[in-house]
Amino acid sequence: MSTLIDVVSWVALVAGGLLMVTSALGMVRLPDIFTRLHAGSLADTGGVALILLGLVLQTEPGLNTLKLLLIGVVLFLTTPAVSHAVGHAALLGGLSPDSSDIDDSQSAAS
Amino acid sequence: MGRMISLAVVLLGVWFILSGSTDPFLLASGVVSVLLVVIIAHRMGMIDEEGFPIQLLGGLILYLPWLVCQIALANLAVARTILAPVMKIDAGSAWVPASQKTPVGLVVFANSITLTPGTVSLSVLEDRIQVHALSRKGLEDLQRGEMDRRVCAVEGRR
Repeated sequence: MSTLIDVVSWVALVAGGLLMVTSALGMVRLPDIFTRLHAGSLADTGGVALILLGLVLQTEPGLNTLKLLLIGVVLFLTTPAVSHAVGHAALLGGLSPDSSDIDDSQSAAS
Repeated sequence: MGRMISLAVVLLGVWFILSGSTDPFLLASGVVSVLLVVIIAHRMGMIDEEGFPIQLLGGLILYLPWLVCQIALANLAVARTILAPVMKIDAGSAWVPASQKTPVGLVVFANSITLTPGTVSLSVLEDRIQVHALSRKGLEDLQRGEMDRRVCAVEGRR
C-alpha cells in the first residue's frame, strides 16, 4: 500500500515539475505579454496542484497535511488576482490584446 | 452575528493549523487575537456579504469539482500549445457576457476565467468581462456561457 502511495506521489511530483518547466518554456517561446500570462497560469494551477498533491501523499496525515492544503487555498485565491492585475495593467498601458497571432515563419525566425 | 461567529471560527482554525500547539498560553493569545480582529473588522464594516462571503460556501463546494476538471483539461491544452515543435497560436480577446447579480459573484466568475489556463480576464464591467484567450476555442467555450451559468448557480444557492 505504501509503495502504491509512493508511486502516485512521485508521478504527481514529476508531472508537476514538468508542468513548471513547460510553463517556463512558454514564458520564453510565446510572443507577447498576454500569451505569456497563459504560460504563467500553467505553473500557478497544474504545477502547484500536482506538487502539493505529491507532498501531501508523502507526509503523515495530520497538521502538516492541513498546512500544505492551506498553501494551495491561498495560492488559488491570490494568483488569479495577480494575473488579472498584470493583464489589466498591460491593457491600460496601451498594448493591444488582439495582435498576438503568430504564423510559422515568424516563430522559425525568432 | 452569524457571519461574525463563522469568521471567528475560520480564523481560529487558521491559527491552530499554523501554530499546531495546544499550549494554553498560545491558544489563549490566539483567541484574544481572533476576537480583536473580529471586533476591528466589524467596526470597519467589513464583515458583510462582500468582505466575508461565507454564504457562497455551499455553492462553491458544488462548483469546485467542475472547475478543477476544466483547469486540468485547460492545463493539457496549453501545455500542448507550448510544447508543439511549430507553434500555432490564434490568440485574441473578446467580451464575454457576465450575468452575475452581485460583485462577489462577478469576482468568482472573473477569477475562474483567470484560473483556467489559456484564458485571462483583462477588465471587468458590471455585465461583461473582457477575456484574452490563447485559442479562439477557449473564447467560444466561454461565450457559450456554461461557466457563467454555473457561477450564477453558486450565487443563487443561499
